[in-house]
Amino acid sequence: MRTLDALRQEATQTWQALEQETRPRVLVGAATCGRAAGALAVIEAVEKARRERGLEVLVTEVGCLGLCCMEPVVTVYKPGRPAILYGNVTPPVMNEILQRWLLGDDPCLDRAIATVNGDRLDGIPPFHEHPMLKAQSRLILRNCGVIDPTNFHHYLARGGYLGLENALRMPPEMVIEQVKRSGLRGRGGAGFPTWRKWQLCREVPGSPKYIICNADEGDPGAFMNRALLEGDPHSMLEGMLIAGYAIGASKGYIYIRAEYPLAVQRLRTAISQMREAGLLGEHILDSSFSFDIEIREGAGAFVCGEETALIASIEGRRGMPRPRPPFPAQSGLWGRPTVINNVETLAAVSHILRDGPDSYARLGTSNARGTKTFSLAGKVQRTGLIEVPLGITLRQIIFDIGGGIAEGRAFKAVQTGGPSGGCLPASHLDTPVDYESLTAAGSIMGSGGLVVMDDRNCAVDIAHYFLSFTQAESCGKCPPCRVGTQRMLWILESIQAGTATMEDLDLLESLAQTVKAGSLCGLGQTAPNPVLTTLRYFRSEYEAHVRDRRCPAGVCRALITYRITDECTGCTLCARLCPMGAISGQRKQKHVIDPNRCERCGACLDACSYRAIVVN
Amino acid sequence: MSEQLEEILTRYARGDASQLIPALQQVQERFSYVSPEAVRQIARHLKVSESEVYGVASFYSQFRFEKPGKHTIKVCLGTACHVRRSDRLLEFFERTLNVTVGHTTADGLFSLERVACFGCCALSPVVVVDDEVHGRMTTAKAQRLLKKYGS
Repeated sequence: MRTLDALRQEATQTWQALEQETRPRVLVGAATCGRAAGALAVIEAVEKARRERGLEVLVTEVGCLGLCCMEPVVTVYKPGRPAILYGNVTPPVMNEILQRWLLGDDPCLDRAIATVNGDRLDGIPPFHEHPMLKAQSRLILRNCGVIDPTNFHHYLARGGYLGLENALRMPPEMVIEQVKRSGLRGRGGAGFPTWRKWQLCREVPGSPKYIICNADEGDPGAFMNRALLEGDPHSMLEGMLIAGYAIGASKGYIYIRAEYPLAVQRLRTAISQMREAGLLGEHILDSSFSFDIEIREGAGAFVCGEETALIASIEGRRGMPRPRPPFPAQSGLWGRPTVINNVETLAAVSHILRDGPDSYARLGTSNARGTKTFSLAGKVQRTGLIEVPLGITLRQIIFDIGGGIAEGRAFKAVQTGGPSGGCLPASHLDTPVDYESLTAAGSIMGSGGLVVMDDRNCAVDIAHYFLSFTQAESCGKCPPCRVGTQRMLWILESIQAGTATMEDLDLLESLAQTVKAGSLCGLGQTAPNPVLTTLRYFRSEYEAHVRDRRCPAGVCRALITYRITDECTGCTLCARLCPMGAISGQRKQKHVIDPNRCERCGACLDACSYRAIVVN
Repeated sequence: MSEQLEEILTRYARGDASQLIPALQQVQERFSYVSPEAVRQIARHLKVSESEVYGVASFYSQFRFEKPGKHTIKVCLGTACHVRRSDRLLEFFERTLNVTVGHTTADGLFSLERVACFGCCALSPVVVVDDEVHGRMTTAKAQRLLKKYGS
């Protein structure tokens, strides 16, 4: 077997040259999230300083470090000095850093988040001791925000494709054995043991066999796969090759959301690099293994996250699921044995085959080994992308890593597992995050979206939100899901409108059980979860809507009114913004809202900087 | 249009129905929507019925059958955006532009769409205008956006 040694040597030299670079370097986190926060303007500011002021500096676009709440984030390497990570960098701030730190000798500690590479600096913690990172174990994300995702050398220099080389030296059965020893379970949500799926597919007669990477990530509130593919595409691709070799596949498909254009672009670049290096095609690295990869863009259907629906979509049909068995591992794409793995699962595989199964298995709990990435969003202080050992508690994630609830509000609930998951209240904050514990609490692990809610979020509204999502995304094939979710939605709407009765609550609960039990696929089977968990943990809030015609969180429009308090300074901003013309008053005098014209859209509430508008 | 269509379709093997979705995607990328003529030609090329092309295309939310406006505003309605009240932003655009979601303003300047999740949850709420992502949106910022693109 040929190895990548020569190429890796060259890559190591590239990487070392970078570390010994005598010019200052600026790394800008420019994944989609960084770009949304203005990263490209920061890059332009550095380029401009280089052009106009002749500043000798290298700029590199990297992926997301996970500190999304502080984006854009920039790492500045000044030769011979500690590397410093800065947050909330706008073009003027960037110019200031260039001026004060690179041209002068002031490290701009007021803008600094952490130091990088283990160096210490007064008052600034090293990266791994930053409160957001301390509890994390970054195996999957180790390259994200560190390497240039378009530079193949960077991935190789950091141990890339060693896992594949190790795998190709073993018989495929042994690769499966390694994955078994690691304890890896599918990170797409259901947590099925990865090795068992592979073995099933390997043992089934039939060829060709296929491996599909499910990068559809349709869960609203989840962005782990996007960040990983944008920041380190090769780690997933390497895992895909290893999986393909293990199951005896000759072709792989990446099914990715069209809503992720940058991730698609990064994958295309990476695939062409692989082709050039002999990592795709006939006899990969002169072994007996031949394999190729094709990208298929999804077209916006949540149900395509469901294995059998995803297969239908690749085949060019409507993405409708079919009953199982036969499982895709037996009869999948075009009737051939097919394994479908999530992005994170495959990235974990490349780690496991490189560092050995024990390095993975020593993290996590006995039932849930290794790490899991989560996207932490909603009303938490530090939002972002994290990777933690399984078994960590929700409290540690939300309060230690996330820094607690934003704006000093009270924690109300955390939604885990997206639309298929559930809302857990404060009494469940000490639940360990693993498949079984979350299921016991009525929620699920899911792909890893965590959305935190505070006391201004209404439990009924959240249940309604998720159900309207799953109802709209139901493919319509089976009646429990098609009709049942619609009927449940109507009940939730009547609760929000204040026209429901207590009997409706019972009907809602029993319908939820029926839809759960009777639906064909995972979408319908889990669609009632947000309703069931909110009914279980926030029943009094439902009752307040029904009995007292009151929305305690002040969200459901039919049950609330807006009022302007004496704090009003008469700045007129709300009156100018109100789409209904419902606010009136003299400049510099207290304004009033006409309740008959007010539609409770909340535009005034957002706009008022004096907190003079209250909801009753 | 039909020659350009032909040119796109030559990339796909004749009669290969599995290429239906990629073909629709290419056509939409070029013409910004899927016209009745495009449906006819795709059907003929891939040897499937026109109703099947419509059946598949209408199943997926990506495909449009109406010509979109000059700018497309997409309001993200993902969970993180929802808990930060993106419904208000959508309503703001609907009222201000006098258009309902999925449609184009009378002057053809703006199309309004919703996306299930754009994956920028940490910067919620998010609005995407054409290809530019705007994070941490407020009604006041939305007003400025309309001014910027409207002039």
